[in-house]
Amino acid sequence: MIKQILELHSFRGWFFTFGLLFAAIFLLPVLNIFISEESFFHIPDYMFPLLGKYLCYAIVALAVDLIWGYTGILSLGHGVFFSIGGYAMGMYLMRSIGTEGVYKSELPDFMVFLDWKELPWYWYGFDYFSFTLLVIFLLPGFFAFTFGYFAFRSRIKGVYFAIITQAMTYALMLLFFRNNTGFGGNNGLTDFKRILGYSLQDPSTKMGLFVITVLVLFLSYVLSRYIVKSKLGRVLTAIRDVENRVMFSGYNTLNYKLFIWTASAFLCGLAGALYVPQVGIINPSEMQPANSIEMAIWVAVGGRGTLVGAILGAGLVNVAKSWFTVAAPDYWLYFLGFLFIVVTLFLPKGFIGIFDRFIPKNSNRDATND
Amino acid sequence: MFIERVELMVNQFSPIKYFCSISFSRTLKFLIRPIGLIFVVAFFISSISISEANEFESLLNDLGNKSRSKIKIAVQKLGELGNPAALPALNALKSKRLAVTGKGNIVILNESENQAVDVLTGEKLNIESLIFKKPRINNTVRRYLATAIAKLKLNSKESTVRLEAAKELLKRSSSSVLDLVEASLKIEKNNDVKEALLLVLAKINIEGNDRNKRIESINTIKKFGSKDFYTVLERVLQKNDKGEFLEEDSEIRDSAAKAIKSIKQRQIFIDQIANLFYGLSLGSVLLLAALGLAITFGLMGVINMAHGEMLMIGAYATFVVQNLFVEYLPSYFDWYLIVAIPVSFLASAIVGIILERSVIRHLYGRPLETLLATWGISLVLIQTVRLTFGAQNVEVANPFYLSGGVEVFNGVVFPYSRIMIIVFVVFVVTAIWALLQKTSLGLQVRSVTQNREMASCMGISTRKVDMWTFGLGSGVGGLGGLALSQIGNVGPELGRMYIVDSFMVVVLGGVGKIAGTVAGALGIGIVNKFLEPISGAVLGKIIVLILIIALIQKRPQGLFALKGRSVDN
Repeated sequence: MIKQILELHSFRGWFFTFGLLFAAIFLLPVLNIFISEESFFHIPDYMFPLLGKYLCYAIVALAVDLIWGYTGILSLGHGVFFSIGGYAMGMYLMRSIGTEGVYKSELPDFMVFLDWKELPWYWYGFDYFSFTLLVIFLLPGFFAFTFGYFAFRSRIKGVYFAIITQAMTYALMLLFFRNNTGFGGNNGLTDFKRILGYSLQDPSTKMGLFVITVLVLFLSYVLSRYIVKSKLGRVLTAIRDVENRVMFSGYNTLNYKLFIWTASAFLCGLAGALYVPQVGIINPSEMQPANSIEMAIWVAVGGRGTLVGAILGAGLVNVAKSWFTVAAPDYWLYFLGFLFIVVTLFLPKGFIGIFDRFIPKNSNRDATND
Repeated sequence: MFIERVELMVNQFSPIKYFCSISFSRTLKFLIRPIGLIFVVAFFISSISISEANEFESLLNDLGNKSRSKIKIAVQKLGELGNPAALPALNALKSKRLAVTGKGNIVILNESENQAVDVLTGEKLNIESLIFKKPRINNTVRRYLATAIAKLKLNSKESTVRLEAAKELLKRSSSSVLDLVEASLKIEKNNDVKEALLLVLAKINIEGNDRNKRIESINTIKKFGSKDFYTVLERVLQKNDKGEFLEEDSEIRDSAAKAIKSIKQRQIFIDQIANLFYGLSLGSVLLLAALGLAITFGLMGVINMAHGEMLMIGAYATFVVQNLFVEYLPSYFDWYLIVAIPVSFLASAIVGIILERSVIRHLYGRPLETLLATWGISLVLIQTVRLTFGAQNVEVANPFYLSGGVEVFNGVVFPYSRIMIIVFVVFVVTAIWALLQKTSLGLQVRSVTQNREMASCMGISTRKVDMWTFGLGSGVGGLGGLALSQIGNVGPELGRMYIVDSFMVVVLGGVGKIAGTVAGALGIGIVNKFLEPISGAVLGKIIVLILIIALIQKRPQGLFALKGRSVDN
């Protein structure tokens, strides 16, 4: 097992990976704590939640890459799994506010506002972190499994599948927008105070969350790499290229697709759960169809079917987004729109593809022609 | 020079204005004689009723009196005189827009209170030079006013005004109008007005003492009444604290219970009809939105995520045409919509063709990438429109023939705009069907849809067919935008609201046949509207989605898929 994992990368690859991991976990906190604030190398406190947010997106991009880049199934509904994880974490954070809300009530503020007298049944258990973790680990996957089972069983694929998943996220968005659904409606869940007793305002908590996110991203990456390098991953790539031949060769593609679909949703849910405490809010607009499509473009920008490209793409697009929305908000949609067009027209392999063109390779990378 | 001066003079004396302007025009000279005759006749009539007219004028003047009791009497007497000319003044008094000027003239102010019209002469007065005060009225006066206005309206020659008055009386009936209603019933010939008056009578009599009249009233309500009468009927069935009926007469109670039952049944029927209509209306909007999508998807296997923006462009083209009409052809304003039909079609079609030529053509055979690229295009289009026209919704007015609606049942109004959209959709679908079935382009489109390679081998230029079809699909989307501009808001995000639903239509209906799209759109529209009252709009949408996924289990290619043997289809 360990040997298999070690074989995922060459020595140089592992060296880089661990180098980055080390930099994120040790170097950044050290630069924050021990370097004086005037120094150029000082990392300010606000950077950690921001970087943490990008890393959560990177986990999402990994998830999308697994299902789209390797299996050729474009999902336009990954925002749902992200939000399920996020809402689960948000509910725990809401419960741990206790009686410190605006209305000083046992219930979350929005329920007091709606004049609800007691907690709805589906909020039970979110007082406990262990239960919340269980939900975060299981619910996105379970939901994906159910949805995927019915979709894949009737052999919905390609554009049809993309549209059905988009409708799914759209419908759930509408559902969560309702006040009566019991998840805070339009405003979602916010005003969190603490996680596991640690104040969310505290810089050290933020740093801690950041480090956890780095570790989760690292583990997700290794897991994804492990999956795509295994025999299972080969079958997935084959499904992407010519599904019918795989079926005729005796594989039940339903099981493979269902597995990777569920795994992808699981990663997405984790990302959502890490995202919420760092950003401080979760609301139904995370489930907008537009958000889920953006996830696909992160992967496309970085390069599909490369994993590293997905992480890179998520980072690049979101840094650009942060910059544009401050510097030239009117032109962000132009930039994003042209990014969609340019990448699909001229860069089918993404930015990784550009590097590949200049760096000669001895082995064939996973080709992305579908 | 001379004429100008005369005209200037004439403008100051409005009564002669009409007369003089005619005499200037030689061609109209022959009109003078009959007009003169009319003047003479009018003089005779007015001299006959001159005493009545004087009373009328003094009563009108009394409306501005300081004393409320005098106003009250004036209102009452105006009602009895039955001259509809008093209506504007009475209405103005009711809505506190009647005023008395310093000279003692009674004037009516317009809604924004910057213009005044003299009640007696009809003269327009400059408001700035006026000092005026408003007569004060209290609830007693208001009650008298309502009755007087109703009386005058019931005397009106227009049956619509009478109907309106009857409905007004229905809302706040009091025994004081009993005689009035009975008197008008005797002379009323219009059935609708009669019905409404009978209901007014019934509503008053049901509370009375005469047993026969009460039963008769309940039967009238049973026959014509709507759900608004529940409270009246339920009052008859009221119980006291001990559980005994307040109403002792069991026959009256029974007939009231029966009346409630039959009204409820009728109400269910009416609701179903209304649901059906609104479902049909939603379905036809979806059909317009989805038709173009289905055509391009069927032909090229490409989902155009920017299709919603074709709707948006069509709607904005309508907006632009409307504004051009306001600017250059204000007198023909109401016909802008006719001109907007080809304009919105062409605007969207041209944008569609440009997209096909510049982007989509290069992505042939990569449907998922096309999906993403068209999404990017939609972002660019939305942002362009937002920067050009502003992020706010723009206003597209209904021309006169589309405003208002027809009241099918009591309280159920079918707006003309929605009815027209249904008609319009029938027209568009027929046109598309004819285009696909009867023209050579249609033949080519169908053959490329069925088998692209084979069609290409037979000498059909598939690239050209793609281009024209994409233009056609986008143009139909533009027509959808035109239709939407008549029933909803026009804003940059217009297309976003309908795009997911129209995708669902395509998924449900399958591609390659118009019948599939029609069935999908109408099905989704009607099911949606029937679910809405039961489960709420949002849950209704989710149920529809679940139903679609369930249906796809049985028919993965949609309801009306073309049959083929290719394994990849």
